[in-house]
Amino acid sequence: MKNTVQSILVALVMSAAAVFSPPAGAAGELKLWNWFEYMPQQLLDKFSAEHDVKVTLDTYDSNETLLAKLKSGVRGYDVAVPGDYMVAILIQEGFLEKINANRLSNFRHVDPKWADVSFDPGRKYSVPYQWGSTAFSVDTSVYGGDIDTLAILFDPPPQLRGKINMLRDVNDVLNAGLRYLGHPRCNSNRAQLAELNDLLVGAKKHWLSFNSDGAKEVLVSGDAAVGMIWNGFGMKARAERASLKYAYPREGYTAWMDNLVVLKGAPNVENAKLFLNFMMAPENAAVLTNFAKYSAGVKGVEPYLDADLSAANELNPPAAAPAGEFVPACPPEVVKLYDRIWTNLLK
Amino acid sequence: MTRARLLLLSPTLAMIGFFLLLPVALMAVYSFLSPGTYGGVEWLLSFDAYIQFFFERDFLTDELVFHTSYLSIYFRSFVQALAATVICLLIGFPTAYFIATRPPATRSAWVLLVTVPYWVNLLIRTVSMLFVIRDEGPLNGALTAVGIVDAPLRIAYTDFAIALGLVYSYLPFMVLPIYAAIERFDFSLMEAACDLYAGRWTILRRIILPTVKPGVVAGCLLVFIPSLGAYIAPDLLGGGKNLMIGNLVALQFQGSRNWPFGAAAAVLLLSVVLVALTVLARRRALSSAGN
Repeated sequence: MKNTVQSILVALVMSAAAVFSPPAGAAGELKLWNWFEYMPQQLLDKFSAEHDVKVTLDTYDSNETLLAKLKSGVRGYDVAVPGDYMVAILIQEGFLEKINANRLSNFRHVDPKWADVSFDPGRKYSVPYQWGSTAFSVDTSVYGGDIDTLAILFDPPPQLRGKINMLRDVNDVLNAGLRYLGHPRCNSNRAQLAELNDLLVGAKKHWLSFNSDGAKEVLVSGDAAVGMIWNGFGMKARAERASLKYAYPREGYTAWMDNLVVLKGAPNVENAKLFLNFMMAPENAAVLTNFAKYSAGVKGVEPYLDADLSAANELNPPAAAPAGEFVPACPPEVVKLYDRIWTNLLK
Repeated sequence: MTRARLLLLSPTLAMIGFFLLLPVALMAVYSFLSPGTYGGVEWLLSFDAYIQFFFERDFLTDELVFHTSYLSIYFRSFVQALAATVICLLIGFPTAYFIATRPPATRSAWVLLVTVPYWVNLLIRTVSMLFVIRDEGPLNGALTAVGIVDAPLRIAYTDFAIALGLVYSYLPFMVLPIYAAIERFDFSLMEAACDLYAGRWTILRRIILPTVKPGVVAGCLLVFIPSLGAYIAPDLLGGGKNLMIGNLVALQFQGSRNWPFGAAAAVLLLSVVLVALTVLARRRALSSAGN
C-alpha cells in the first residue's frame, strides 16, 4: 500500500514537472486557436522546427463561438483565425493586438486585392489566411435537377425534404434567406425581417439538422443529401462521396476571407508575428491551400499547388454564377434582431 | 466537539460555497442585467430576460405578445426526462433485482459490468450511438437486410434518438441505487410472505417495493434531473434543431449572445427543480409523520 502511494506521488510530481517546465529542445511556445480541420500538421511541424517553438492547437466551429469565448474571458491564446466581418468586430471590441501586420517582411507576397481591406483598413491587425465561399452541396444521385438555386434549401423538391443540413451559423443561414427573398443583407427593415422569420420557420420542417463541424460528415455518410458548406470543405466531401456537387445559387452566396490575427495580451507576441510571417510565404500558403482546399491570399503559390485544385468546381465558379458577396459586420441593432430570429428558429 | 466537526466540514462547505452557491448567485444577478451587443452584460437593471421568457415583441408593432415557445422547450425537456426516467426504471429495476439476487461472490462482477460504459467519455459514447442509428448505419443495415423494413428508419436526428441517448447515458444511475436498496432487502421477509399465501405480484407490491422505495426514488431523481438539463444528446442525436433546456441556455451564451436571458432560463430551471424537490421532501416528511 505504501509503495503504491509512493509511486503515485512520484508519478504526480514527475508529470507536474513535465507540465510546468519548458519542454526540452523548444525555446518558446505558440498557442494557436483555429477553425477545425483547417491547419495541416505538416506546417506546424515545419514552423516548430524552423523557430524552435512548441506549437499547440485548439479549435472552434464558428466566428460566433470565437467571439463568445473571448467575451467570456478565455485567454492565453496567441493567434486566432477570424473571418472578415469578425476581424472588424474583434478590433472594435479591443480583442486584437495592433502588430502593424503590413510591415512583416512576407507581407510583400500578399495579393494586392487583399493588401488593404475594409474590415481592417491598412492591414494593421491581420494577414490573409484563406478565402472562399459559402453555399451548399447536393447529392446528385438523390436529386438530378437544377441545384443552382436557394430554393434547394428553402423550398426543397420532395426528394430532398428532411435531408438538409444547415450550418449552425446565424449569418450564413440568415443571409441565405435574405438572398432567397431578394432583400438586402444587414437589414433592419422590420417587415422584411418578419418575412425572413416566416421563411426560416416554414423551411425548418424540411431540415434534418444544424451542424457546422459535422457539415462534411453528414453529407459523406448519406444522412443528408443537401448540406450548407464552405467550398473547400465541399471539395473534401466530394473526394469521399463522388456524387456530391457544390452549388452556385443564382440568388447569390457569401464570399469570405479568414485572417490570422494576434490576440490582445498574447503570451508569445513575437512568436505569433513569426507565425503570421511564416504563413505568408508562398510555399507555406500553398501547403495550407492543398490541405484546406480554399484559395490563398498570397501570390506565387501556383507552382506548389496540387493539380486537382485548378480544375475543381468548388474553386472555379462557372461563368454564369454571380460573384460571391462579402457581408460586412452589421450594426448592433441589426445584430440584436438577427439574434432574435436565430433563437426563434433554433428553439 | 462541534468545533472539531465544523473544522472537518469546512473544506466541503468551502467547496459548496465557492463552486455552487457563488456561481448560482452570479447567475441570478446576471439574469437581472441587460445584454451587451456581442455578449457579456451591461450593468443596467432589467427584467427583460424574464419578460422575454413569456412574451415576445412583435416584429412590426413592437407590442408584447404572450408566446409559448420557451415554455414548449421546458415542456419538451420534462417529457423527455420523464420518458427517460420511466424507461430506465422499467429496465433498471429488473436488472438491479437480478444482480442483487446473484450469489454474493459474483455480484461485484455484475456491478462492474454496469459501470463499463462509464469508462468511455459521454461525448464519444453519444457519437458512437449516432454512428449506429444513422440511415446508413449498422442498425438500419441489419433491419433492411433481414427485411423488417424496406427503407432505412429515420432514427437519427429525431426526438426518439434523444430519448434513446438519455436512457443509454443515465441507465446505470438507476440500476446502482436500486441495487444497493435491494441488496439490503431481507429476503426472509419474502419467504414469510410466501408462507402467508401472498402471490408474487403481492410480494412485489406490498413487501419489496415499499422497502426499496428510497432506492427507486434516488434512482429516478438521478436520472430525471440530469436528463432535464441534458446538452449532448439533443445536440448530437437530435441534430440541434429541437432544443432542450440545456441547449437553450448554451445558445444564449454563444450564438444568441444574450447572457441575461440564458441566466434567467437557468434560474427558472433551478427554481422548478428546487420547488419540485421541496414538495417531494415535504410530502415524504408528512407521510412518515402520519405513520
